[in-house]
Amino acid sequence: MALFALRRLVLAIPLLIGITFISFLVIQLAPGGPFDYLRSEETGQDPKLVQKLNEEFGLDKPFHVQYWRWLSRIVRLDFGRSFQPDARPVLAKIGERLPITLFLNILQLLIIFTLAIPIGVASATRQYSLFDKITTIFVFIGFATPDFWLALLLMILFGVNLDWLPISGLRSLNYEYMTFWRQQWDFVSHLFLPVAVAAFGGLAGLSRYMRQSMLEVIRQDYVQTARAKGLAEPVVIGKHALRNALLPVVTILGLSLPGLIGGSIIIESIFAIPGMGQLMVQSVFARDYPVIMGNLVIVASLTLLANLFADLAYGVVDPRIRFSSRRRRR
Amino acid sequence: MVVGILIAIAVCAPALAPWDPNKPDMKKILTRPSAKHWLGTDQIGRDVLSRLLHGSRISLAVGFVSVGIATLIGILLGAAAGYNGGVVDATIMRLVDLMLVFPRFFLLLAVLAFLKPSIWTIMAVIGLTGWMGVTRLVRAEFLALREREFVIWSESIGAGALRVIFRHILPNAMAPVLVAMTLGIPAAILTESGLSFLGLGVQPPYATWGNILNDGKDLITYAWWLTLYPGLAILITVLSYNLVGEGIRDALDPRLRQSGVGRAIRLGR
Amino acid sequence: MRALRVAALMALATLVALAAFEGRDARLREVAAQDTAGTNEKPAHGDTFVHASIGDITGLIPNITSDSASHTVGNLIYDGLVQLDKDLNWAPSIAESWQFSKDCLTLTFKLRKNVKWHDGRPFTADDVIFTYKAMINPKTPTAYRDDFEPVKEVQALDPYTVRVTYAQPFAKALGSWGQPMLPRHLLEKAVEEGKLREAPQNLKPVGTGPYRFHEWKSGEKVVLVANKDYYIEGRPYIGRIVYRIIPSQATIFLELKAKGVDMAELTAIQYERQTDYPAFKKDYNKYHYAANRYTYLGFNLKDPRFADKRVRQAFAHAINKSELIEGVVMGLGREATGPYRPGTWAYTDKVKRYEFSPTKARALLAAAGWTDRNGDGILRNKEGQPFSFTIRTNQGNEERKKVAEIIQQRLKEIGVQTDIQTIEWAALLKEYIKQKRFDAIVLGWGTGVDPDQYAVWHSSQNGPDQLNSFSYANPEVDALLEKGRATCHQQERVATYHRIQQILAEDQPYVFLYFRETLPVVSSRVRGIKVEPAGIDYNFIDWFVPKSLQRYASP
Repeated sequence: MALFALRRLVLAIPLLIGITFISFLVIQLAPGGPFDYLRSEETGQDPKLVQKLNEEFGLDKPFHVQYWRWLSRIVRLDFGRSFQPDARPVLAKIGERLPITLFLNILQLLIIFTLAIPIGVASATRQYSLFDKITTIFVFIGFATPDFWLALLLMILFGVNLDWLPISGLRSLNYEYMTFWRQQWDFVSHLFLPVAVAAFGGLAGLSRYMRQSMLEVIRQDYVQTARAKGLAEPVVIGKHALRNALLPVVTILGLSLPGLIGGSIIIESIFAIPGMGQLMVQSVFARDYPVIMGNLVIVASLTLLANLFADLAYGVVDPRIRFSSRRRRR
Repeated sequence: MVVGILIAIAVCAPALAPWDPNKPDMKKILTRPSAKHWLGTDQIGRDVLSRLLHGSRISLAVGFVSVGIATLIGILLGAAAGYNGGVVDATIMRLVDLMLVFPRFFLLLAVLAFLKPSIWTIMAVIGLTGWMGVTRLVRAEFLALREREFVIWSESIGAGALRVIFRHILPNAMAPVLVAMTLGIPAAILTESGLSFLGLGVQPPYATWGNILNDGKDLITYAWWLTLYPGLAILITVLSYNLVGEGIRDALDPRLRQSGVGRAIRLGR
Repeated sequence: MRALRVAALMALATLVALAAFEGRDARLREVAAQDTAGTNEKPAHGDTFVHASIGDITGLIPNITSDSASHTVGNLIYDGLVQLDKDLNWAPSIAESWQFSKDCLTLTFKLRKNVKWHDGRPFTADDVIFTYKAMINPKTPTAYRDDFEPVKEVQALDPYTVRVTYAQPFAKALGSWGQPMLPRHLLEKAVEEGKLREAPQNLKPVGTGPYRFHEWKSGEKVVLVANKDYYIEGRPYIGRIVYRIIPSQATIFLELKAKGVDMAELTAIQYERQTDYPAFKKDYNKYHYAANRYTYLGFNLKDPRFADKRVRQAFAHAINKSELIEGVVMGLGREATGPYRPGTWAYTDKVKRYEFSPTKARALLAAAGWTDRNGDGILRNKEGQPFSFTIRTNQGNEERKKVAEIIQQRLKEIGVQTDIQTIEWAALLKEYIKQKRFDAIVLGWGTGVDPDQYAVWHSSQNGPDQLNSFSYANPEVDALLEKGRATCHQQERVATYHRIQQILAEDQPYVFLYFRETLPVVSSRVRGIKVEPAGIDYNFIDWFVPKSLQRYASP
């Protein structure tokens, strides 16, 4: 297993290089540059200034030269500074946004799992019943409803009409003056709606998958055997069927891990949450190359790590997997 | 059945729509649903029902075409990987890994920033970034089917690789692909809706369900008809496609995976 | 199918719920009754004012930024030598008075003696000279260098007197000194090394303005606190300002309703239709005034189709401007007849007007060779080519999108086909505007305080980085532009700019569409607000909240 992990890590490096190389290419192809913002409505742009800035940051050099320079700095963990007027270090910009995005995403994942698995199991055991039908529609409503629509409706209901929850942002204005416990509550109440909206959208996928998996397992011979042996239904389901039905679900968990790092731009804009999604979108529009590339490297690395972790976990959980056989792994 | 109705409506939209979907009328800004305008009018006086009908064509087209592109690429690559194995397989799977790790959104943004904005580019971009799942599915099926007797038999009598792939293996591998397609269509429609939110969707003045919704989001309580009806349309479409997809899967899958006893029991039920 | 029936039921439920929301909205906000009868109207210090800002600031040295959020915040932290007063004239700020020499070549400022930087050091003429040097230093990444290019020299006659000498009379001279003043004692080295962006000042600014910087949480908020040592005694009143960064207009509106923000700019629809209920009116005051921005449809004058004046005039007749104003800004705007705002000193209304008349439009187009030759309703030229072109505008702007859609429809009615493209701004600028690869564009211009628009209309300003991207060239206008900017005496300039407007109206290089109104809404507990030509925040330092109505603590 250690060998397997090692091999994957080694393979990850060319993958990372590939990703960053392609991204670098794609961004550079997009028209416009990071210093286009230096344009006044009264006098236009000073081409000499832009030229000078481009030279200073090496943006006039050929593409592969630029990439090489960037790569050699990244391996020394030098992410550089943003091209925006504030010129802050890229790591600082990412570092202040990553935690909140991770936190939101982990919460969302937890909620989805705790809700979707029981729903899926219950739907499977009561296939075609009214319960099944209602939950089907319910989760699909979550899936098909655009996030921003649901978000706005909930904000109106809970924020404006009922005044139970804050509408947007991360903290209240008088956060600094609050006691510790009130601060925690304040934080929770601000995150409640964004996490709820995000989780609702994700319920459908997992619960349907769980239902499907459970349905297949129930039909298996060993379940029939367990019933024949006289075991009570809950034991049959809970002890025998569930464990096997969960296997594919672990795969899904693994596949969702990479998604933890990216932020949803829609949710972040509507709820005014300063997360990774907004950072990425703003940087792309501003052609802020260091931030875009820094963001990408971190997201890609974490994703590859998460993939590796998921595969390892899958191997541990499912004894049928043998790491030596490449085919079986898939 | 519902799917069929939806497709029929989309095709006949121009005939069904009572008003010109793109003609503004300032005297009718944001009127409520009434006898003349069943679903109300929008911010510059255009009839929502007509826009919804015309929009259905675009939304469904986006769904079909982008999924079509993704599936096509997926089948080609998956078949190549599954059939040939070895280096070809390895390269293709690495490519899949690459695309999966790539933040899809960023790719959409960057590409749409410098391509000429049009409905074709959107369909192409959604398709070109969504083929990974199909590839894996097809590859898995090929790996399984490749060892089957009829394949080995065909090869032993000298049938060319392409012929083996297309005539023998592929038809049997289509089941999960079909499921993926039906599930992918609503996903593509929702992606288009998300793109509209960022302003990267279909160009004005053409309506899609996504952009009617998006334009109406500032007026959710005041002009609720602008968001409710497209939302319902999307919901019904997504629901029906997903149910159809799952139905196909339910019908096809268990039959492939049955053991003898289980099959007997199922048939008996 | 039962599934669908259930879905339909749920839809119905949603409908009912939404109807319930609408009703409740109005009733709920009555609770926060404000007893205006017994309020103490004496100006009081304190309270916190919460702004909503759609964009985050990009830096805290406004001279090197270009976005409006950074400038709004920057203008409270820093001062210039002059500032705008309520009538949009230049008024004293750090400079208490100034004098132009008769030949307009010398401008002498007398500075106030009690202006201090936020770190306690006094402001002197050295800082003025330093700011000038910083702005013209080729290593400084600023978009506003052109304002200082015409300066020949800046001298300090004594610590509180500065003399600026120009090589030639420069009309915008006075206004250019409204640029934020930078502290020499903190930034001298940074400017010399060309590392102004990385100076600590950019994250912890020290200015002379009415508010000190407190904190900036990227993407979340910017907090400023009142400067108790401001050179105007006793001002500002409001103790703290918080800019909440909320990227979604829909959310800002909801925050307004929930009293999470004290001031926001509304869209026309929100202003006209969504804020008329009693509870809102009790909590907020609505203001409106003409904005300094107009929207236009500009033509690529190098394109032979648009080079013909009659075609452009035809379009001006084909577009129904009052319909446009009605549809796009709910009537909260005024028709633009030229590039100057009605009510400003350079404006004149004695110019050619283009009333809505499809008949006249068709006649003009016919005279230019475009007629319906085969009865299919589409205008074609002699070679049979249909009149068809693309209208472009920048993506993300709701208003301009609607403008384009309405224009498209009107042009369709007279037989001209168009399609619309909304393109991301950076791409629009680089790929289309700079390279002059476009037919027509819907955009807007801000009308600066000074009527000199040399950069926009002069034929020499046609390069890719300059502003006359439409390639307008009229020798008479060129001469007038040069004449207008060559003197500092206002009375001499009026006739020049009137004549320019007349020519532009006749030539129609753009179809000038409308000036919209700015629609701010401010919490009703704030006193001291008066609508003047400059808007409402020209006197922000005079706004206050009576003690009994103050809502938030402040340091």
